[in-house]
Amino acid sequence: MTFPILSSLILLPTIGALFVLFGRSTSNYNSAKYIALFISVGNFILSLYLWYLFDKDTSGFQFVEERKWLEGFINYKVGIDGISILFVILTTFIIPLCIISVNSTIKHRLKDFIVAILLMETMMIGVFCSLDLVIFYLFFEAGLIPMFLIIGIWGGERRVYSAFKFFLYTLLGSVLMLVAIISIYWITGTTDVIKLYELGIDVNYQNLLWLAFFSSFAVKTPMWPVHTWLPDAHVEAPTAGSVLLAAILLKMAGYGFIRFSVGLFPVASEYFVPLIFILSLIAIIYSSLVALMQEDMKKLIAYSSVAHMGFVTMGIFTMTPQGIEGSIFQMISHGIISAALFFTVGVVYERMHTREIKNYGGLVSVMPRYAIVFMIFTLGSLGLPGTTGFVGEFLILLGTFEVNFTVATVASLGVILGAAYILWLYRRVVFGEITNPDVKKLNDLNNPEMIILSFLAVVSILFGFYPDPLLSTTSASVGDLIDAFNYNVKIFAASNL
Amino acid sequence: MEKLIIFLPLLASIISGFFGSKIGNKASQVTTSSFVSLSAILSIYIFYNVISNDYSNNIIIAKWISSGLLDVNWSIKIDQISSVMLVVVTLVSAVVHIYSIGYMSHDPHQPRFMSYLSLFTFAMLVLVTSDNFLQLFFGWEGVGLCSYFLIGFWFKKPTANAAAIKAFLVNRVGDFGFALGIFLVFYIFGTVNYEEVFNQVSLYKDNNIKFLGIELNSINLICFLLFIGAMGKSAQIFLHTWLPDAMEGPTPVSALIHAATMVTAGVFLVVRCSPIFEYSPIILGFITVVGMTTAFFAATVALVQNDIKKIIAYSTCSQLGYMFFATGVGAYNVAMFHLFTHAFFKALLFLGAGSVIHSFNDEQDINNMGGVYRHLPYTYSLMIIGTLALTGFPFLSGFYSKDLIIEFAYLKGNNLGYYACGIGIFTAVLTSIYSWRLIFKTFHGEFNNKKIKLSNMHESPPIMLVPLVILGLGSVLAGYIFKDLFMGYGSFSEFWNGSIFFLKPLTTDHPPGYILYLTPILVTISIPLSYLIFLKNKSFLESLTNSNRPIYLFLKNKWYFDELYEVLFVKSSKFLGRFFWKKIDGLVIDRFGPDGLSNLFKYFSIKAVKFQSGFIYQYAFVMLIGFSIILTIIIIK
Repeated sequence: MTFPILSSLILLPTIGALFVLFGRSTSNYNSAKYIALFISVGNFILSLYLWYLFDKDTSGFQFVEERKWLEGFINYKVGIDGISILFVILTTFIIPLCIISVNSTIKHRLKDFIVAILLMETMMIGVFCSLDLVIFYLFFEAGLIPMFLIIGIWGGERRVYSAFKFFLYTLLGSVLMLVAIISIYWITGTTDVIKLYELGIDVNYQNLLWLAFFSSFAVKTPMWPVHTWLPDAHVEAPTAGSVLLAAILLKMAGYGFIRFSVGLFPVASEYFVPLIFILSLIAIIYSSLVALMQEDMKKLIAYSSVAHMGFVTMGIFTMTPQGIEGSIFQMISHGIISAALFFTVGVVYERMHTREIKNYGGLVSVMPRYAIVFMIFTLGSLGLPGTTGFVGEFLILLGTFEVNFTVATVASLGVILGAAYILWLYRRVVFGEITNPDVKKLNDLNNPEMIILSFLAVVSILFGFYPDPLLSTTSASVGDLIDAFNYNVKIFAASNL
Repeated sequence: MEKLIIFLPLLASIISGFFGSKIGNKASQVTTSSFVSLSAILSIYIFYNVISNDYSNNIIIAKWISSGLLDVNWSIKIDQISSVMLVVVTLVSAVVHIYSIGYMSHDPHQPRFMSYLSLFTFAMLVLVTSDNFLQLFFGWEGVGLCSYFLIGFWFKKPTANAAAIKAFLVNRVGDFGFALGIFLVFYIFGTVNYEEVFNQVSLYKDNNIKFLGIELNSINLICFLLFIGAMGKSAQIFLHTWLPDAMEGPTPVSALIHAATMVTAGVFLVVRCSPIFEYSPIILGFITVVGMTTAFFAATVALVQNDIKKIIAYSTCSQLGYMFFATGVGAYNVAMFHLFTHAFFKALLFLGAGSVIHSFNDEQDINNMGGVYRHLPYTYSLMIIGTLALTGFPFLSGFYSKDLIIEFAYLKGNNLGYYACGIGIFTAVLTSIYSWRLIFKTFHGEFNNKKIKLSNMHESPPIMLVPLVILGLGSVLAGYIFKDLFMGYGSFSEFWNGSIFFLKPLTTDHPPGYILYLTPILVTISIPLSYLIFLKNKSFLESLTNSNRPIYLFLKNKWYFDELYEVLFVKSSKFLGRFFWKKIDGLVIDRFGPDGLSNLFKYFSIKAVKFQSGFIYQYAFVMLIGFSIILTIIIIK
């Protein structure tokens, strides 16, 4: 038997968490942090090794592991393909950065916080690797608990309201998904994703099942109109929490759309394309306009996330190679750039304890290094060519254009608005004369902050100029997914004649 | 060598940008200037090679984006068009780099400034040497970004910041069209590579598609969308509002970016895509109309402005209009010619204006100048050369290129052509008037500045004057020397073959003599005329503006475009944003969503709490009622 690399990736953070929780030396705050950092960096390197071993030309699942759990019902089954591997690497990349940032942002119960982050890493890698619906559901929902705690314990003033809102929304969707998973088992007799791909699901049930999954994913994405939990959650969450939420948690839904909605219910997916397009367009235009008027930096970035994820959902349901590859790329890119933007906001929040834009202005005079990195991510966010933001957005719009001119045209308007709100934010925070005397006392980025932000900046520029490593990783699996989709839709159309 | 041309400026930018504070002001100025100058020398060599040996090359540097059918490379394409652009960009850039050493000598952020200038040069070179639409778009956005940085260079000035964002956003509107154009190109042709697209155009000339519910010819639509992009970048009417505001940036920036290079990218795009545009006579007509309207509109506005840089900015806008209407009548090479000569004299005028502003201690209002021609002899005489070249005074560079545009408009032979020709001549006269107004008010008459004494006025240092002399030489000679080349006369008749496509060969006729002589004569007459109006007989001007107050205000306020857009786009977006946020998110979604739900639960739980009052008789009473209801139901059944 080969080395169970995926299970190691999933379990390593949990082992680390146990170490931190019960280890004797970890009563000292710093050692807890270093253990966690060591473990998570190790996990990152392991995931890079996984990428190295990964065969880009194979479209099917690789590194599959299967263990019996409940005989004939649920098996622990994990595996990855070109669609999921990048999300695993994104997760392992972001977590160490979050742990580095913890020092300055978390003042009390640091040990518990680190445990929460490590547990979350396990859950999120689990989500992206699961090949069994029940296992997927367990990881998907369990991932909410650490997040709920992070907002509820380490959050700001209205943390309880936000945590509650977050929980209410996500739970509501999840219950429906659970019902759908159970019914899939009754219909087909299995919850194994690979088998379900082969068997297919009866067309008569697809629409209802699709809607059930949709209700869960739409909340998590978040799509309009179930997006209002996100700004609140972001505003109250501590920096590391916001980063995890934006960079990875939102991606679980996008991934879910590709893997389950499109993969399992192709006919229903085809049927609901107009719904997705309309909701995505609303998300793009509506939340860009709302972002324009925000007075709180974190809320602004939160609304921009809604808009960017609108591009993702639109791209997925174009069912074109450019659209879906673009969506995956956009999710990775958004994972990096929104994480970076939340870090940059965190940097000044730590120093000033306010997120109000009007309390800032003129930062460039006192924090020149900060101004440079903030500019890089601003440009990434508005999708300037040469950053990852452009590649994703461009491919999505190109794919959408092949399917529907009107939708692509309206969505392109969002690109103009996207430049407007983020440049305006940058101008009000960084440029201008210093009006607030507190700003004069600010120190420029310290070393940990510089490390975090330069890593993110390098990645977002590197893959902006040379996105091929990512695109070539996804292309085979995406191609296969689209072929399967077209085949199913065609058969259904033929049977209706 | 081509790689050196492109990457030297990038290298210079990186050195100056990241290590500027370590190596100091001098070192970063020397590095950037020398690197860009070297790049300029190499470009001239390439240009020479292209002229004499028909050199062309297409270098693939690396893979960029590849997904499905889409396959895009980083590339360097050298042909006639790109070699001309290489020379214009690197030469003006080198001159501006050197000039900036003097102009920015009192600024605390010199390395940053030089770094931006070099970065801009790099982006512009990437734009012109692309062999596909996507890399062009990269350069397109890249120059827009550098322009954004440089307009907002003085980051403490709120007006500069506002102008920078405005420039970026208006350009984004153009880019929106451009991007859609690229999508459509890919949709129709399955590729974004120029060669492959251009080879297929003739096959698709009758292809129709449905766009936003309307059936349209796909070639027309592609041309229209690409032209929207060109309008944004080249500040054509409706998308021009950013250019005058962009004058908030330091003057060398205005010379390099907002006169000689970036704003001509739109013209370059249309010329580059001539194989597509040739199949779309409708859009070519549209381009003619837009071009001549812009030329006319900007010239009228320039007549009444008082800011020395804004006058030149509107003049740029107007000259870009000329270039477009040259492409519109199918004379792509003439457009390139005017682009080429315009780069010299407009950069000269801007840098000259910079020299004046420098001498007046950052004064830009021409009403506060005057009477200094003896104190600024070099600047004065070079500005005169620039003005003569701009107005098309015989045998200077503008004379050749601008008159050719008017001639070709006439030779188009249809009503639109005659109309364009007429507007062209009229605008040429306006150009002459506003240009001489600038000269007379700046250098002649009485000294009107209250802040500094006339005796303190001093000429700029040599490091600023030498660049002016170089551009002055270009303004005088570029037209005469290169007219045969650009026009394909004599031994150069094959020059543009292979890079510009003419569906029908360009006519070699000549318009009647009176058209040929009309413009130069009018332009020459307008010199003494402006002298009379603006210097000798001021009461006439006053009575003219007073009797035509509404027209004067209309021009003074730039046809009210800014006010209109403020209401139409800025205010309404802000209103919508606030409405969606407060009303829809807050009052609808949250109220009936999570908050509503929780209130509902709360409401019922409070009601439920009331039941548990703790009094036995209440419980007993409720039980009794329940029991009797159940009994009744059973009995009735």
